[in-house]
This record gives sequence, C-alpha cells and structure tokens, in this order.
Amino acid sequence: MTSWFDHTINGLIIGNIYALLAVGLALIFGVSRLINFAHGSVYVVGAYVGWVAVSVLHTPFPLTLVIVVALTAVLGVVVERFGIRPLAGAPRIAPLLATIGLSFVLDQTVQILFSPDPRAVPMQLPNWRVAIGGGSIGVLDLLIGGIGITAASALFAFLKLTKWGWAVRATALDRDAARAMGVDVDKVNSIVFAVASGLGGVGGVLVGMYYNVITPTMGFEATLKGIVAEVVGGVGNVPGAIVGSLLLGIIESYGVALLGTSYRNLFAFILLIVILVLRPNGLFASRRQLPPEPMTGTFVAPSRPVRLPVPLVAAAAALAIALPLLVDSGYLIQTLTNVWLYALLGLSLTLVAGTSGQVSLGHAALLAIGGYTSALLALNLGWPVWLTLFCGGLVAAALGTLLVSPAFRLRGHYVSIATLGIGEIVALVILNWESVTRGPIGVAGIPPLSLFGYELYDTNAIYWFALALMAALALLQLRLLGSHLGRTLRAVRDDDVAARSFGIGLNRYKGLAFAFGGFFAGLSGAFTAHMYSYINHETFNTQISVLALTIAILGGMGNVGGAILGSLALIGLPEVFRVAAEYRILLYGIALLLLVRFRPQGLLGTV
Amino acid sequence: MTAPFPLPAAAAPHPLLEARGLVRRFGGLTAVAGIDLSIAAGELVSVIGPNGAGKTTAFNLISGLDRPDEGSICFDGADITGRPPEAVAVAGLVRTFQHGRVFANLSVADNVLVGAHRRLTAVRPAWPVVGPLAELALALIRPPSVKAEEAALREEVREILAIFGERLLPRIDQPAYSLSYANRRRVEIARALAARPKLLLLDEPTAGMNQTETAEMLEIIAALKARGQTILLIEHKLDMVMRLSDRVVVLDDGRKIAEGLPLAVRNDPAVIEAYLGHGAVGSAARAGDDAPSAEQPLPLSA
Repeated sequence: MTSWFDHTINGLIIGNIYALLAVGLALIFGVSRLINFAHGSVYVVGAYVGWVAVSVLHTPFPLTLVIVVALTAVLGVVVERFGIRPLAGAPRIAPLLATIGLSFVLDQTVQILFSPDPRAVPMQLPNWRVAIGGGSIGVLDLLIGGIGITAASALFAFLKLTKWGWAVRATALDRDAARAMGVDVDKVNSIVFAVASGLGGVGGVLVGMYYNVITPTMGFEATLKGIVAEVVGGVGNVPGAIVGSLLLGIIESYGVALLGTSYRNLFAFILLIVILVLRPNGLFASRRQLPPEPMTGTFVAPSRPVRLPVPLVAAAAALAIALPLLVDSGYLIQTLTNVWLYALLGLSLTLVAGTSGQVSLGHAALLAIGGYTSALLALNLGWPVWLTLFCGGLVAAALGTLLVSPAFRLRGHYVSIATLGIGEIVALVILNWESVTRGPIGVAGIPPLSLFGYELYDTNAIYWFALALMAALALLQLRLLGSHLGRTLRAVRDDDVAARSFGIGLNRYKGLAFAFGGFFAGLSGAFTAHMYSYINHETFNTQISVLALTIAILGGMGNVGGAILGSLALIGLPEVFRVAAEYRILLYGIALLLLVRFRPQGLLGTV
Repeated sequence: MTAPFPLPAAAAPHPLLEARGLVRRFGGLTAVAGIDLSIAAGELVSVIGPNGAGKTTAFNLISGLDRPDEGSICFDGADITGRPPEAVAVAGLVRTFQHGRVFANLSVADNVLVGAHRRLTAVRPAWPVVGPLAELALALIRPPSVKAEEAALREEVREILAIFGERLLPRIDQPAYSLSYANRRRVEIARALAARPKLLLLDEPTAGMNQTETAEMLEIIAALKARGQTILLIEHKLDMVMRLSDRVVVLDDGRKIAEGLPLAVRNDPAVIEAYLGHGAVGSAARAGDDAPSAEQPLPLSA
C-alpha cells in the first residue's frame, strides 16, 4: 500500500506540470476566447531552449530558468502579434486553426534544427531523496512543487493587485467594455501570451528534467493534456485549471499504477469526454448555465462558390482517366492514387466540417477503423478484398458515428476538442487491444487489392480503381447536397437553434453526416491498408486529421470539387516537387496559416 | 387572473395552447413569474409590455428553447412542457426570432424549404430505428414520390414568397446574408409559414422596419389571420396591436398585469402605468428610472 504514496506524489508532480500549461491556456482563453493549440509547441521550445542553455552554455539552473522564461515569453508575444491578432474579426474557429498551423510550424522547426531524436536534459540538481513513510520525495519533486506554488501565487498577485492584472481580468469579462474604458486590449493580449508562454516554457524544462528526455513531438501531447485539464476545470477558469491539472495528474498516476504506462493517455481522454458530455462548462460551473456563446460559430465564410464550367470538369476527368496511358511514370501514377485517396478523406471532412459545421480534428480515426477492419477481415477470415473494403467503410461509418455521438450536443470549439479526444482514444485502443489489433507490432501481410477475383498489383489498375471509387463517391456526395439533406445539414451549420425550431433533430442529422462521411473515410483507410500491405497505430495519426482539414479548407468548406482540388494541391504538389517529409509538415502549417488569414473561403469557395 | 368582461375566445372548450403558471428564473432574476396564457384556434393574441417584461422569455419557454422552472404548457391536446424545440415544432408550433435567425449561407428558397422540413413525409418515412437510414437512401435514390414532394414544395415556396410581393421573389436564389435586414425578417416569416404551423409565434415581426414596411407587414399578418391562421404576436408598435388583435395580454416584470380586448387594455390604468412609469402619468419625474419604457411611448392616439 505504501506505493500509493509514491503514486500520489507522482500524480501531483505531473499535475503541477500540467497546471503550468493549463493556467496559460486558461489565461489565453480568458482574454482571447481561443483554445491555443500552439501552447504545447511553446513548451517544446522551452524544453529545447533549456537543453541548449544547460548542455551548450552550461548555465546554472536559476539562469536556465530565466533564459527559458524570457525567450518563450518573447515567442508568445510574436505568436499573438502575427498569428492571432490579425484574425480578431474572423469567425471564432479561425484563430483556433491558426494556432494548429503555428504548432505545425514551431514543432517542425524544432525538429529540423535539433533532429527528431530524443535528447536527455542533464540534471542540475543533487539527486538525494527524503524518505517519508514508505515512499520518498526527491529534490526535483520539491522543486517542481515549489515552482508550481510560486508561479500560482505570483499569478494570483499579478491578477489581483496590479493595474495590468485588473486590465487582464476586465478584458476577460468583456473585451469591448474594457476597450471602451481605455484598456489597451492588444497590450493585454500580448502580456497574457507572454505570461502564459513563459509558464509553458518552464513546464517544458521541468518535464525534460523529470523524465530526462525531450523530443520535438512531445508538444502535441502536452497541448492535449493542458486542454483536458482546462476543460475539467472549466474553460477560461484559472483556479479551475490548477485543480483540473492536479486531478488529471492523480487520475493518470493511479490509472498507470492499476493498468500500466500505455494506459496513461487513455485515462486522460476518457476523462475529457466524460466531462464534455456531463459538464461541458467544467466541474465548477453552475448547473444551468446558458451555453457559452463565444464557443459557437463555424468556419464558413460567406462566399459564392466558383461554378466550374462543365467542359472544364469533363476535360479534367478525361485527362485523369487517360493519364496512365499518356505518361510512363509509375511514381506520378502512385502519387495521384494517393491524391484520390486523400480526396476521399477530404470529401468526408468537407461534408462533416464544411456542410454540417462540425469541425472534426479526429478524422484520422475513421481511416484507422476502416483500415483495421478491412485488413483484419481479409487476413483473419479470408474474405475477398472488395467485400472487406466495403465492410471497412460501413464499420467506420457505424462505429465512428457511435463514438462521436456523445459530442452531438456540443458546439464550436468543443466539437473540435471532443473529436480530437475521441480520435486519440481510438488510436490508444488500437495500441492496447493487442489480441485483436496486434498492438504496437501492427498488421503486416495485408492481402493486396482485388476486384472480381483478380488481384491488383499493377500501378495503373490501382490508380483507376482509386479514381473510380473517388469519382463515384464524389458524385454521390453532390447528389446528397442537392437533396433536402444538403439544405438541412447546412441549416444545422448556420444556426442550430433556428434549425431545431423547425423540427430538425440535431442527433439525427449530425449522425447522418458522420455516417455518410465516415463511410468515405473508412473506405479510404481500407484502400490504403491493402495498398501498403502494412499498417500500425501510427499510420493514421493526428497530423493526417489536420491535413484533411487543411485540404477541406483549401478547397472551400463543403465544396466537393474543392476537396479534390485541395488534395491535388496539398498531396500532389509536394510529392511532384519532391519536398522532403519534414519540410512537408512545415508547408502544411504555413498553408493553413495563410489560408485562414487571406482566403478563408478556400480556392473554390464555401458552399 | 380573470378578465373583467367576457372574452370572445374564452368560450372555446379546448384552447390550442394553454400555458399555466410559467416561471423562469435566471440566477436571482425572475424573468417570468407565473404567467398563464391561452389561445384558441383562429385567434390572434398579442403580448405587449415594456422591454424586459419577459415576453421573449415566455416565447422561449413555449417554443421549447428554454425550460420553465415551474408551470406546464399544453399544445393541441398534448403536454409539451420541457420538450425540445424540434418536438414542439413537429407538433405544429413554430416561431420567428426577435433579431432574425435566417440561415445566412442558404438561398432564400432553401431557407423557406427548411421551414417545410416538418412536412416532409415521402422522404422521411416514420419508421422506427431505420428511419434516418431510409431518409438518406431516399434522398440519394429519389423515387418519384420524393421528387414530386420536393417539386410541390418548391412551387409552394414561390407562392409563399409571392405574399411579400416583389420583395423576395426576384432574390429567390440569393444567399440570405446578402439581403437587407427587413428582407431577412420577411424570409423568416416565409420560412415559418412554410411549416404550415397550427400556431405561429411572431416575435416583433416589424422590428427595425420603417413605416411603409410596417404597414405592409400589418397587411400580411391581417391576411394570415383572415385565412384562419392562429397567431401569438409580440409587438411594440401598439397601433398595429390594436388593429390586429382579438385579445391583448400585457406583461410587466414577468407578470401578467392585464388581459382583454385591445380597447379595454389600452385604457387600463395599470397598463398605462407600466408603460409610462410608476409616478404620475405624464410627469417627467424620475425619468432615469424609467428609461427603458420611456423609449416606448404608448401611441394612444394612433
């Protein structure tokens, strides 16, 4: 039983680090009404700045902290000034997408500068531990606890006692009123981003020392944990974020003690979904609060969609069909096959996020469900691949809709957070359910694609198969959009309250949109699995979810032709120009940033 | 709360809508404090009262957008208390919104067609469990019955828009965000009419309209009433209320302070006091306290 003491201490320490992130997220949400997905990237930058200071410059620990705080604070100011502030008048979801783009850019820059390999942060503290009861507390534990308490007290004093602290609180309560009273709201935002980023940077250094390892990819998980803690405590609630963080740390720690390390994140995300479903305003909100208005709004800029002339579309289609006969480049044909598969994913997301307004950040999970279903049915039961492909689509539609159904009652940012969490849960279940999914080893030797009993090995045949599927489903989606369901889904997107007042049940129509889109995505994932012959839990990761969203935004949300064009531009072009993989993610981040800023309606316009 | 004189509609045995003892509190504020409201088929009842009297809150409670803390609402023989808005709409009670909530990215025609959603039967078979999937399949396959239903509705949309003369018909394919404010309010009413509601709730249909537009709207509502449409109306323009209403209900501070024929209500001292302030009528004293009502002078001479 003594180990429970250790687990509790461990949970509180981790909770403290989460709190450094979550407090920053809460502060930023308070003044900007924005969930900052780039926050974890600032934390990564903090960790690497700390590593450079300790390993290269050999600074003593206090100086390391000062350097980290200073540099990450400046980074926070830059992020606010150039990433967020220009989007002040844009739809609510636009700055959120911008922070996702920024996180891609920051993470990838760190990775290019420091290589993706993990690094150890040298410990700068004496390594003795104090025995208490059956457990023990180390110097680092005490230090992290001390920094957490000091930071919280300093923040409290700043918010309650200083003039700028008052300005921050006034801005959080009512931005326009604060501005009217002479508060420099832009400066308040800068200060808040500086403070939040400085705290996040400190979190990065401390976690590097605690686990003795840092990687450029750890930022995403940090962002998620911070968001979970923030949602638990009530979005925008600073003391709530601290309590939520400690609670999350302890729950994770006990969960790990009971079931093992690989279950850590599962507990976090299940906690997230439970809170979102039962108490979307957090643990400390009063029960019958009105829904928070700032969280609503979709990323559908009013625009007239570009009408593509029929001859042009016909010519493009003819070219796409004839291409394998015209050029003798297996590489180009393979690339375009990939383009058609991503177009399927783009079609799926443009329906869910564009037409229906549910900005999903977990769409890769549908690919994974489709891919695993089809691969396992073909491998274990020996079913023909054309049938397993279809089953992959159906299971993705059914299971995906079922999994996301608790989120149907949520709106705006909350949908994005919930779908992100559900996507992570799917990936973690795949990782941990070894008896079925073969866990981290992945599924190898997946049978190749086949049609009417003929196995398709030929690059051109696979190309035509993918093109035919994509084209058929694109036409089906156009038919859906032209039916009463098209206007019904768009009505739900534009104003769900008004839609409900005309008898449109949200569960039914959001469910239909996810099911229809889920089929497309599942089919795409299944096709990919048979084409690669190997998949594992990382084949369909969150980067693909964000890439899918970028495709949908680039083409124009809800726009069928746009999804195909977006896929051509984002998958095809980097491949044709042979952009190296690590620069490609950077490119996607920059593309997302530029789109949100300069052409939110996309290339072909929103529908 | 009995009326001091016999009401023409009070004789109806089963009112279409009957709300009893509605209460809604927001924290310490009681926005609606025990309101009874009933309306018989074919009636036009107006709800008036100064800003903050609880009119829109009462509408929200009746249309299911908000749940009452106490009280019950009976519509068309069924208890709809606390039912979600989609169920209330399906039952035949449809509303418009005070500030206009058209679907901005939908065309005028699509906005109105969404209003007819509750009447779709060919494409929305009322089958349990598989209903949604059947709806998807029928929408994609489009058998003749579905096509005919859609075509009939599109024809009806033109007829409904024709009510508004040349205001909306030439803009039938334009997105709603491109319309003027007044036109958006008209689209909203057209959308509600497409639902063919048993009871139509109009929340300030002429807000933000000029005199000509208001007069037009008055004619339209009068024509609806003549057709037998049951209407519950919130309106600030009292001359309009006086001309249209069978009965007027006056709210102040979340309570019903008067109810009756338009003329009687207009001369009710309690009503005049609610509108013009709690001091002596006509005096400018304590104008600061009565700022909201001072913006809404009773146009008693209208």
